[in-house]
Amino acid sequence: MSFPILSTLIFLPLISSFFILLSKDRTSNNSSIYISLFSSFATFLLSLFLWYSLDLNTSEFQFVEEKSWISNFIKFKLGVDGISILFIVLTTFITPICIISCVNSVKIRVKEFLIAILVLETFMIGVFCSLDLVIFYLFFEAGLIPMFLIIGVWGGARRVYSAFKFFLFTLLGSVLMLVAIIVIYWLTGTTDITQIYEIKIPKEYQNLLWLAFFSSFAVKMPMWPVHTWLPDAHVEAPTAGSVILAAILLKMAGYGFLRFSIPMFPIASEYFTPLIYTLSIIAIIYTSLVALMQDDMKKLIAYSSVAHMGYVTLGIFTLTKQGIEGSIYQMISHGLISAALFLCVGVVYDRLHSRMISAYGGLVNYIPKYSFLFLIFALAALGLPGTSGFLGEFLVLTGAFQKSYLAAMLATFGVVLGAAYMLWLTKRVIFGETNNSEVKKFNDVNKSEIIMLATLAFFILFFGFYPLPLMETFSVSVNSLIDNYDTAVISN
Amino acid sequence: MNNINIMLPEIFLSLSIFSVLMIGVFIKKSFNLIFNLTSLIIVATITIILTNPNNEEKIFLDSFTRDAFSNYFKILILVSSLFVLNSSKIFILDNKLDKFEYPIIILLSILGMFFMVSSNDLILFYLGLELQSLSLYILASIDRDNLRSTESGIKYFVLSALSSGLLLYGCSLLYGFTGSTNFELIASQLNKENTGAVFAMVFILVGLAFKVSAVPFHMWTPDVYEGAPTSITSYFAVVPKVAGLALLIKFMFIPFSKILLEWQTIIIFISIASMILGAVAAMVQKNFKRLLAYSSIGHIGYALAGVATGVVSGYQSAIVYISIYVIMNIGAFSCLYLLKKDGQYKENISDLSGISKKNPLLAISLLIILFSLAGVPPLGGFFAKFYVFVSVLEKEMYALAIIGLLTTVMSAFYYLKIIKTIYFDDSVITFESSKNRTAQISIFTSCIILVTFFLYPSVLNNIVNTLFIN
Repeated sequence: MSFPILSTLIFLPLISSFFILLSKDRTSNNSSIYISLFSSFATFLLSLFLWYSLDLNTSEFQFVEEKSWISNFIKFKLGVDGISILFIVLTTFITPICIISCVNSVKIRVKEFLIAILVLETFMIGVFCSLDLVIFYLFFEAGLIPMFLIIGVWGGARRVYSAFKFFLFTLLGSVLMLVAIIVIYWLTGTTDITQIYEIKIPKEYQNLLWLAFFSSFAVKMPMWPVHTWLPDAHVEAPTAGSVILAAILLKMAGYGFLRFSIPMFPIASEYFTPLIYTLSIIAIIYTSLVALMQDDMKKLIAYSSVAHMGYVTLGIFTLTKQGIEGSIYQMISHGLISAALFLCVGVVYDRLHSRMISAYGGLVNYIPKYSFLFLIFALAALGLPGTSGFLGEFLVLTGAFQKSYLAAMLATFGVVLGAAYMLWLTKRVIFGETNNSEVKKFNDVNKSEIIMLATLAFFILFFGFYPLPLMETFSVSVNSLIDNYDTAVISN
Repeated sequence: MNNINIMLPEIFLSLSIFSVLMIGVFIKKSFNLIFNLTSLIIVATITIILTNPNNEEKIFLDSFTRDAFSNYFKILILVSSLFVLNSSKIFILDNKLDKFEYPIIILLSILGMFFMVSSNDLILFYLGLELQSLSLYILASIDRDNLRSTESGIKYFVLSALSSGLLLYGCSLLYGFTGSTNFELIASQLNKENTGAVFAMVFILVGLAFKVSAVPFHMWTPDVYEGAPTSITSYFAVVPKVAGLALLIKFMFIPFSKILLEWQTIIIFISIASMILGAVAAMVQKNFKRLLAYSSIGHIGYALAGVATGVVSGYQSAIVYISIYVIMNIGAFSCLYLLKKDGQYKENISDLSGISKKNPLLAISLLIILFSLAGVPPLGGFFAKFYVFVSVLEKEMYALAIIGLLTTVMSAFYYLKIIKTIYFDDSVITFESSKNRTAQISIFTSCIILVTFFLYPSVLNNIVNTLFIN
């Protein structure tokens, strides 16, 4: 039995949150902040080590840990492959950034906030590591508790409504997935997904089971028309909450499609492709149009997230190598870009306490460093070549063109709309007239803010110019995913 | 002599009850003494049960069984009574309920439940049930100068007497159609053509459904829960439910095993109705005890879903469910004992507003208990529901499972509402820092179990699996 590196990765944040609970901070929260920073960095380094030591020439699950959990029923099984490792690294990378950001933006109950973030990190890493349906469900749902509190306790004015909507929408989506998981157990006699891949679920059950999983992932993704919780949740959540929500929680659904829906129900996945195309295209075009009309910066970015997730679902269900690779790339890059954009909003929100676009304007004259970074992120969000945002969309569209010209053309139209709302946002916030005298007194980004934003900007540009490290990581796993899918569909 | 050994816990309990009663009669102001003696008696009874073997034995013309099944329930009843009783001691003293009869009547009701879960005969079953019910009537109206408590006692008495009557009528019908009162003999005589026996079954089911407060026989629950003193309510919410569920399972397992299909249909209906009513009606409640009443109706619905499967794995899941339910409810009610302000105990949900700022530990405990009641993973309540749905889906009862899970979402709403009051709202009342150590210990135990349950979730299953071996 080798060192249980995945369990360590999962439970390190949880254990350190326990230490924060015990720490006695009366006046300042320094020790809590240092403990959480230290543990999140340690987790990040550990995940980097995991990525480094992962064998990229095989699509097998690695670092597999298996423990008997519920006797004769469920095993506590963990493992990573080329796809999940990237999401784990994304999670561990974003968490320290969130912790740094909360130093500026969270004023009350800092200790509890840090505990919530770290507990959430545990659950998020758990989602991406688990190789058992029940364990996956457990982590997937457990994340609701800290997120509910983050929105509800530290959120904005309508936080109660948003927190409830977030919780109930997601819970409603997932209970059907629980039914499906139990049904799969009775069909195959196991919930271990590597075994389910081998056993193959009978054709007549696939459609219903696929829909049950879809109901959960569609809400979490979120896909049109069940996306309405996202703008509310984003607007009311504190900055760090929005960042985690956009950067990681939304990726769980895309990961779920790749890990569960397609390999377990290949025939149903093929059958429902038109449904996904339709919903994705509507999401891309409709929510882009909605984003154009927003007065609230966070809401605009939230709607743009829905549109970007539309590309992800479209790409995944093209079931071509380019499409899926593009989707994964898009998820990682959206994780960085949306995190950066929400942090940018958070930076000005901390100064003016308004998210309204009209409250700002002409920022470039007063806080040039901030404006420069904001511009990079905005351009990355609209998919400018040279940023990571371009590559994902490009690959998705390449994949889509192989399957459906119509879908690809409509999705390409969405790129134009994306450019429209992002550029217009930039124009109104960064350039133009300053109609608010408060803005003139702004201080430019402070040290901790520049660390967060510059790191993100660096990686967005780095992966825009040099995508190889990411591509190499998931390439083999994606190939085997598609091979298995093709064999299943052909043998049908 | 062996026979006496089999009934030793009951005999010990009866003798102790009489001796404590004598102490109460002859020594003035003996509440404290009797209360402590009662705890001691409960602990001693637990020890007797644990040290005795639990292989199946029947005595008194096969009317009394001792087996692993009845022993498990007896221990569950005793342990939960111990926690309920001890965590409520300060509440009892504060509300001047410190009559020496109080703990003795609780012991009497425990004795009644012992006979219920051990009975293998309609007559013994009925006697046990009545001993339990009579004790509960007195307990509900123990605060006899309080109008609401008296009212709830009378209400409970009238409705419960009616349901006992129906149950007794069912028993007599069953005797008439099968010619026996013994469970095994009834089982061998019953078949589907025996329409009279099906009628009898319905009457018995009504009586039992009343005891576990399942819809449509739940009407007494909210009023009694709200009217009775909190210490009694917490007893009502926990202990009789355990005994009632044990009986439901026993009836399904032995006497009615041949007409399971008819019995199942009714239980499915009752289960669905309880889950829906529990979820919907609780949403508008303002009183915490009343809310817990509706929530307990819903929870009984889930436990009954496990019973409705009609297979051993389903019964096991129901037993696991009720065990975890007991843990959650003891925690939830113990929290009520800490909400004290100027000697008054608060029980409105709005009184909880913003307690997370002043009483962070109480707030986090309530958070854990409420999320667990809502069935959110990774807390204990999730596993309870999970096991039930696993066995429900094994029998391919998809409608029951889906309705059950949708009502979970609905009920999550009102648990979230309380959490919202605790965490998101501003604080109104500053509660006294409580010195009620026993209640704190109960809350702590319950939270620790619920939080760490996921580490070894099969601990209860492993015990419960052994109950049905014979």
